[in-house]
Amino acid sequence: MKPRIILSYAIILLLVCAAIYPALWIVMSSFKVGDSLYSESLIPKALTFDHYKELFTSKRHAYATWYKNTLFIAVMSTIIGSFLTLLGSYAIARFRFYGRKQSLMVMLVMNMFPGFMAMIAIFILLLQLNMLDNHWALILVYSSGAFITNVFVAKGFYDTIPRSLEEAARIDGASHFTVFYRVILPLSTPMLTYISLVVFSGSWVDFIFARLILRSQDKITLAVGLYNMVSQRNSTEFTLFAAGAVLLSIPVFVLYFWLQKYLVEGLTAGASKG
Amino acid sequence: MPNHAIRASLLSVLFMGFGQLYNRQVIKGLLLLLIGATGLTASILYLFDNIHGLITLGDQSRQLVKVGKVVKAVDGDHSIFMMVQGLISLLAFLGWLGIYLLNIRDSYIVGKRRVGGFKPNNFKQSVHHVLERNFAYVILFIPFIFALFLNILPLLFSILIAFTNYAAPVLPPANLLDWVGFETFKNLVTLKTWSRTFYGVFTWTIIWAVLSTATTFIGGILVAVLINQREIKLKRVWRTLLIIPFAIPNLVSLLVFRNLLNTEFGPINQYLSWFGLGQLPWLTDPMWARVTVIGVNMWLGIPVIMILVSGILTTIPRDMYESAEVDGATKWQLFRKITMPMVMFSTAPVLIMQFAGNINNFNVIFLLTDGNPLVSGYQYAGATDLLVTWLYKLTLTNRQYNFSAVIGIIIFVLVATLSIYNYRKTRSYREDDIIQ
Repeated sequence: MKPRIILSYAIILLLVCAAIYPALWIVMSSFKVGDSLYSESLIPKALTFDHYKELFTSKRHAYATWYKNTLFIAVMSTIIGSFLTLLGSYAIARFRFYGRKQSLMVMLVMNMFPGFMAMIAIFILLLQLNMLDNHWALILVYSSGAFITNVFVAKGFYDTIPRSLEEAARIDGASHFTVFYRVILPLSTPMLTYISLVVFSGSWVDFIFARLILRSQDKITLAVGLYNMVSQRNSTEFTLFAAGAVLLSIPVFVLYFWLQKYLVEGLTAGASKG
Repeated sequence: MPNHAIRASLLSVLFMGFGQLYNRQVIKGLLLLLIGATGLTASILYLFDNIHGLITLGDQSRQLVKVGKVVKAVDGDHSIFMMVQGLISLLAFLGWLGIYLLNIRDSYIVGKRRVGGFKPNNFKQSVHHVLERNFAYVILFIPFIFALFLNILPLLFSILIAFTNYAAPVLPPANLLDWVGFETFKNLVTLKTWSRTFYGVFTWTIIWAVLSTATTFIGGILVAVLINQREIKLKRVWRTLLIIPFAIPNLVSLLVFRNLLNTEFGPINQYLSWFGLGQLPWLTDPMWARVTVIGVNMWLGIPVIMILVSGILTTIPRDMYESAEVDGATKWQLFRKITMPMVMFSTAPVLIMQFAGNINNFNVIFLLTDGNPLVSGYQYAGATDLLVTWLYKLTLTNRQYNFSAVIGIIIFVLVATLSIYNYRKTRSYREDDIIQ
């Protein structure tokens, strides 16, 4: 082998180590005896499942409830968010109507403001509607956010689908609803997969809005609970956090690996087509 | 033959729905009548008060009132609620006005068709007509309502805040707010305490955005090229392993790094001490913290760029390289003259998007350092704070709402400039010509 290739392999191996080390470390920490950050070696001398058990039995952390809350919020946001994006982007990509350019412009501008700028306003609105500490409030915020951020990716996707399919169906006398349901929806699978994945993982791990809106311990999500676990000063529950973090990561990790192809396509589409 | 078009539209001007009733479209007419009546009542009852509130932001402040023998504080006007109510009323009124105009237009059109000898549609036909002709509006309605109340309205409200004096200690309901025009903008750049922080944070935001984008991009391209070499075996395996950071939620990986890099107990410093090296203040020294956040960001960002670039590399025709090799080009020349231009051509839009995204990269900074370590003389900010994290702190911890709104607007200007530049160059917008 040429020296260049040997060197290349060496660098690749080094990079692989760097890439998997943090993941390996957190998994190992979650099986470690004790509760401290400090450990003598990467692979602990004794392994234990106690931290996982503690998550679900401990009185202080309602981990099972958090998991349930998060699952509910993420699934509902994904459904509603994808639904909104689907409708909105289809209308904008396919129909020419009065106010179309203005709506596109408005959505473009909305995307350029930092996401939390509207935070105070949302907080006050929810306070007025008496909807703080309510899961639906969070679901609504995530769904509309998903619509605004993903509508351009979805529009770009529809721009690439030839119109001839719909036109043929229309000539055969199908109504707009039928065309949408029978022709467009089945074709939208790759785009829908991408959007639901992004929305799901986004709402699964978000702690900013969740922390703002959800107040009581039995309402909060995993991300908020975990963030509280490590962000408090003198937190001495590092291994418990590790176990919680591993469980939080698993669904997203599996989905990302499984649906990698769509993610990359979506990323490129979002960037090059707007 | 009476002129139905003129009569019907005049009747609709008089009151919503009258024209439709005249055109014998009973259900439509009654529906519009209902909307008209509700809108009118609501306008009379609330609109002027609420608009007045929006303009004055209240004129009754909290005062002490003697009730019997005790003195009690009685809440006056709550400026923020008045602002929200005023804004909602204004939007609702504009919406209602829109329906009113459409109603006149509709009576006119139907009336005209009647003159032409057509029978007006019954309600079922009208609905069918709307579904066929205005399908876009029908399916846009729900997303529009969502966006209006959860995105547009809050954003408008936040922009308005920038022009008030809403900042601790002036907080409703104890105090009334006032419109102050551009004073907060001026204060941010002229008041010594604020301007120092602003220029510092702004400069770091730009440096951060440039460096973090450049490092992940160059890193991603190099890794992709490294693996793509002809002689490297198991390409797929390497790529899959290297993509792991991308699949771990940011929240988790960043909190993990925060602990890994802990100065006293973190394993990284532990390993360093095994090699007889001193402990490094990864996240506690201003300069080191800045280096660390950029390094950790590379860990997060390189995988994505690597996959993107790997995809592009496979599309570069092999014979381009082969003919260049025949002409005696070195590896470096191949990279410079073939690979780089091809990659840059396809990824330039991503590059600009990433740059804009990095200006707003909240997670990396907030989860890793909280914006710390603190810098003396900074107003509520630390050495690694970006404009967005500063905005967040100003809102949630320090309640300097007007300053945070101003910063939000500044970020908007930055990102908008970049995005417009980007969008002008990409296809779907050129087709759409929304930006010229």
